[in-house]
Amino acid sequence: MSDVVEKTLTALPGLFDSQTGAAKITNRLRQLIKSITELTSKHEEENLIKQELSAMKEQVSSPNTTMKQMREIMVRAMYCEMLGYDASFTYIHAIKLAQQGGLLEKRVGYLAVSLFLNEGHELLLLLVNTVLKDLQSTNLIEACMALTVVAQVFPKDMIPAVLPLVEDKLSHPKEIIRRKAVLALYKFYLIAPNQVQHIHAKFRKALCDKDPGVMTSSLHIYLQLIRESPDSYKDMTGSFVTILKQVVGGKLPLDFNYHSVPAPWLQIQLLRILSLLGKEDQSTSELMYEVLDESLRRAEMNHNITYAILYECVKAVYTIHPKAELLEKAARCIGNFVLSPKINLKYLGLKALTYVVQHDAKLALQHQMTIIECLDHSDFTIKRETLELLFRITNAQNVTVIVEKMLDFLRICNDEHTIIHLVGKVAELAEKFAPDNSWFIQTMNDVFSIGGDLLQQDVPNNFLRLLAEGSESKEEDDQLRLYAVDSYLTVLKGHTSHLPQCFLQVMSWVLGEYAHLQESVDQREVIRLLTQLLDQRSVSSETRVWILSALTKISEGQTDLILDLAESLSSSQDTVLRQQAQELRHLSQDSQLHEWALPRGAPWDGIEVDSSLSFLDGFVSEALAAGAAPYKPPHQRQEELCEDRALNLEPYGFSLPVSLSSCSITDRQSPTLLSVSSGLSGNSTELSQKAGSSTLILEGVKRVWGKDGYLPQKEATAPPVDEPSAAVQPPSQQEAAERIEPRPDPSTQNQDKQQLASSLFVGLGVGSSMSLLGKSEAPPLRFRKKPRPHESSSSSSGTSERSSDSSSRSSRNTTDSFLYSSLLEEEPAASISAFDHTPKSTTANGLAQNKDTKEDRRANTSQILGGDMVIVRPSTIQDKHPPSVSSDLTALLPADLKDLPHSDVISLTSDPSLSLSSCRLFRDEALLLVIFISNCTETVIKDVAVQLTCEELKTVSLRGSVGSVHSLSLGHCPQQTSSVRPLVVTTEEYGKLWLSLSHDVKQNLKLLTDAGDPLRTTLNALKDALQLHVVDIIGSEGIVACRLLSGAPCLLHCRVNGTALAMWLRSPHPALPDCILYHCQRALAHH
Amino acid sequence: MTMHFLLLFSRQGKLRLQKWFLPLPERERKKIVKDMTTMVLSRKPRTCNFLHWKDLKIVYKRYASLYFCCALENKDNELLALEILHRYVELLDKYFGSVCELDIIFNFEKAYFILDEFLMGGEIQETSKQSIAKSVEASDMLQETMEEYMSKPAF
Repeated sequence: MSDVVEKTLTALPGLFDSQTGAAKITNRLRQLIKSITELTSKHEEENLIKQELSAMKEQVSSPNTTMKQMREIMVRAMYCEMLGYDASFTYIHAIKLAQQGGLLEKRVGYLAVSLFLNEGHELLLLLVNTVLKDLQSTNLIEACMALTVVAQVFPKDMIPAVLPLVEDKLSHPKEIIRRKAVLALYKFYLIAPNQVQHIHAKFRKALCDKDPGVMTSSLHIYLQLIRESPDSYKDMTGSFVTILKQVVGGKLPLDFNYHSVPAPWLQIQLLRILSLLGKEDQSTSELMYEVLDESLRRAEMNHNITYAILYECVKAVYTIHPKAELLEKAARCIGNFVLSPKINLKYLGLKALTYVVQHDAKLALQHQMTIIECLDHSDFTIKRETLELLFRITNAQNVTVIVEKMLDFLRICNDEHTIIHLVGKVAELAEKFAPDNSWFIQTMNDVFSIGGDLLQQDVPNNFLRLLAEGSESKEEDDQLRLYAVDSYLTVLKGHTSHLPQCFLQVMSWVLGEYAHLQESVDQREVIRLLTQLLDQRSVSSETRVWILSALTKISEGQTDLILDLAESLSSSQDTVLRQQAQELRHLSQDSQLHEWALPRGAPWDGIEVDSSLSFLDGFVSEALAAGAAPYKPPHQRQEELCEDRALNLEPYGFSLPVSLSSCSITDRQSPTLLSVSSGLSGNSTELSQKAGSSTLILEGVKRVWGKDGYLPQKEATAPPVDEPSAAVQPPSQQEAAERIEPRPDPSTQNQDKQQLASSLFVGLGVGSSMSLLGKSEAPPLRFRKKPRPHESSSSSSGTSERSSDSSSRSSRNTTDSFLYSSLLEEEPAASISAFDHTPKSTTANGLAQNKDTKEDRRANTSQILGGDMVIVRPSTIQDKHPPSVSSDLTALLPADLKDLPHSDVISLTSDPSLSLSSCRLFRDEALLLVIFISNCTETVIKDVAVQLTCEELKTVSLRGSVGSVHSLSLGHCPQQTSSVRPLVVTTEEYGKLWLSLSHDVKQNLKLLTDAGDPLRTTLNALKDALQLHVVDIIGSEGIVACRLLSGAPCLLHCRVNGTALAMWLRSPHPALPDCILYHCQRALAHH
Repeated sequence: MTMHFLLLFSRQGKLRLQKWFLPLPERERKKIVKDMTTMVLSRKPRTCNFLHWKDLKIVYKRYASLYFCCALENKDNELLALEILHRYVELLDKYFGSVCELDIIFNFEKAYFILDEFLMGGEIQETSKQSIAKSVEASDMLQETMEEYMSKPAF
């Protein structure tokens, strides 16, 4: 401890005497500090503090301790805490001091509170009343202290208690209070933005405050607000520009100068705000060019603070809409920074350059030499900043150099965070720009050996995936793999004990998969190298699993070596290893089985892991029907175990070997893990799932649904468990596997599957299902609520369906006059006349709905664009009397619509003069509603105005010269089913799509049993009612597909289950399955 | 400019003042203090005053035997932070009259009071030397008079 405070301490007493009254030190504290500095060891310090603390403890609990003494104790407690000792027994007294003490004590009490109590400390609650009292105090200093503490330690849930009082302080006569209040509110805004939403107007007042200090404080809030939504504050650009102009022009009191620069903090705050406002906005940017120019010009003084301002100016210039003149000046500025001999400026120059090269890469070229110098700079921070800059300008040409530099840096770097960060970047660059195979493999070797086990898991995963998936050319892929194999063999021949586990795992996987490509190397050599690794102490048990799996893959034909190995491992402590050794022995003795289980060189996408275990669905539902308990996921079981321990043993009494159950757990719980491994190849699944035995389940069991779709050929023949797997699987496990499989309860299982599916297909689904998936991501939210019979039309009114664009949303609830049409004169005895149609395009909400509409009046065609209304004149002249409606009216449909499937023509309503009927036409992307208006009288109708009230499209009112206004109700409104379209897919596509969909619903429906083939009859009935597409019917199962117009698909999987139809629906859209299910039910009920 | 924390420590790595602007658990704080002292103290001369630490930037400066060290977010302006540290030193200097480490050791609570007038919630609150000195002194003075007032038996 003697080394702690310097020799000057000997002069201490003299120093104290010279102190002013304000800096008086209490005796005890002085003693404490002095004696601590005289100590020689940490141990002595501990003892001393211990004594001190116990003395303090005694004092604080004594009733005779005065507030003044308490204050002194508190200072000592703060000191002890700063030294790292726990003085938590004083916390409550700190609060008491703030509460009961006089001003002097209060100040220390509040300070202690803000130092001791974190946001969220429970004792803080006791402070609320004190703070409330002080906020209302007329004493300025009390109010200040309260505001300070509020801004420092108040947690979210305590803000409402003080908010009104703090808010009031915004109009306090004293500027110091206003300033503190604004900052307290800023802090509140950061913690709980919603709670201060209502005072935005007051912030504006603070911005206009006559005191520049208050105004400056309010800018903190504005910067934050503008960062979140720049568009709402564009109108204030002018004000900010004016303020900055005044500041730069030196209009503020001299008090605000800092080293004769006017209010630099204020300037920088304003520059940041302006750059946010001007970003990608030319007109706003133009407002600020002048003041930016001025700022750049004014900041000439050679001082850090002017450089700080310049740096912000440069950033602003490059952020807002570019102006050549300013850019030039800013570039010169950066040049000055980078070239400066001052190292801090150089650093800032590099940082600015890093920012700027994203907009203008040429600038980096100008400073090439400087950058290269910086690379070899002795200062780590400069080097790292330079690498950051280089990373931004990397391309295919310079990648080798830059990566080399980065690796050099990494080799001497020992900061974990930096390593993780940079190694990730190296891997990214290597993957993006690698010039050739050997370089790539070598670089990745470096990445793995340097990054080691700090590496983020996705680096090795991406690398293996790249190797496994390959490119278009198999030749190139094999070359790359060959390089990898060669390189790894070399590495393994050297010293391996220092290699990170992650690198060993990568190597063993690659060798396992691709060692056979290298014909010049004896496979025995590879086996020997890998086996050597197993003997090493430093190799973790996870890595051992990887290595063993690799050995399993290349064991073919090397029975003697393998048997030795299996033998030596069979006594291992590790059960997983023992099990793997067992498998290894079996496989090496049966080459046919080996070939089947681990096909060599099989394309990675050919081997399918059905990780959702959907091939067991039938089994599961049968078991459930037979009364089996539904599956509970492990965490739920765990919970139940905790709740009631007695429950534990009964249902799971004959539980499974840990390895098996754990493998199914990993399967469900870590979709990411699986997504990686299954992306690599089927074989590698066993690697990542340490249990290893999962291959048997996944491979051996019949697969009905794979990613490639339905696999009917297997379904017909394959028994649930194939022979090979039976051979490998120890009997007890096989039984166990069968036992565990029926458990999954559909609903919980589904959730897991959804997760899996979504993670599995996030980047994979490039196939035919893409178009569907692509659209389904942002489906029109038409079916938000689960429909009820009465509302069936409300959420999907005809208009909304018709117009797939944005107008659909806005058209609801507004009465739009879609059009005005005047009857053409002299149309002889027309029951329906053509309209000279003047689209009244401005609707209530200002949307031009009819803008696309064009009409060819001569020809009997229409162009239906954008789901707008079109009026067509029929070519035929109809008979004059009350139309016998129905069929013959459909003949009037425009030619281009005639071929569409349509509903029957329904007479909507009629009165003596007019009659109205409608017909629905189904187009792929829209529902068309055709309304026929017929004149039932002899007289010519001069003027007809049709007004569609779009709210739910229930009524149509007609106004004509014939009579007054006729409001006719459109009794039949279009139903949701009208927007369902068949989705034509093949069985394979269906299978792919099925796995990728996330939302599903299951229910049993009525089966129509009156005909010979109940399933087919039922499906056909549904098809007729709902326009579904029956994809395939196989045995007692059928698959059906449909979609919502051209949007979200919905897949139905139906299975006959006794007298019921078990229906399972899936869709990317959350509400669609419910909706379709509902209509299926209705359709079957009406049948 | 959101400052995460401000630390003052001696050349021997002894903490002299700590201010945390964001809530952190005690353990974390101790770790940060340890990290900072080792990182900053191991810097060679003639290197820049900035450091990368996790995803934060550390800005530090040595004044005589005392290191001033603060943490910012990456987007913040390091030079400006350097000037904040400098202004704080100026404020201490003005208050104590050519401040030295001992002033801060023995009067650390005063150093906190000054800091509270200067920064609030990690943001600059007041940059004027004059007004900060005024408000700190005002409370000091008031305290004195209040103390006298309080010691009167009538109260």
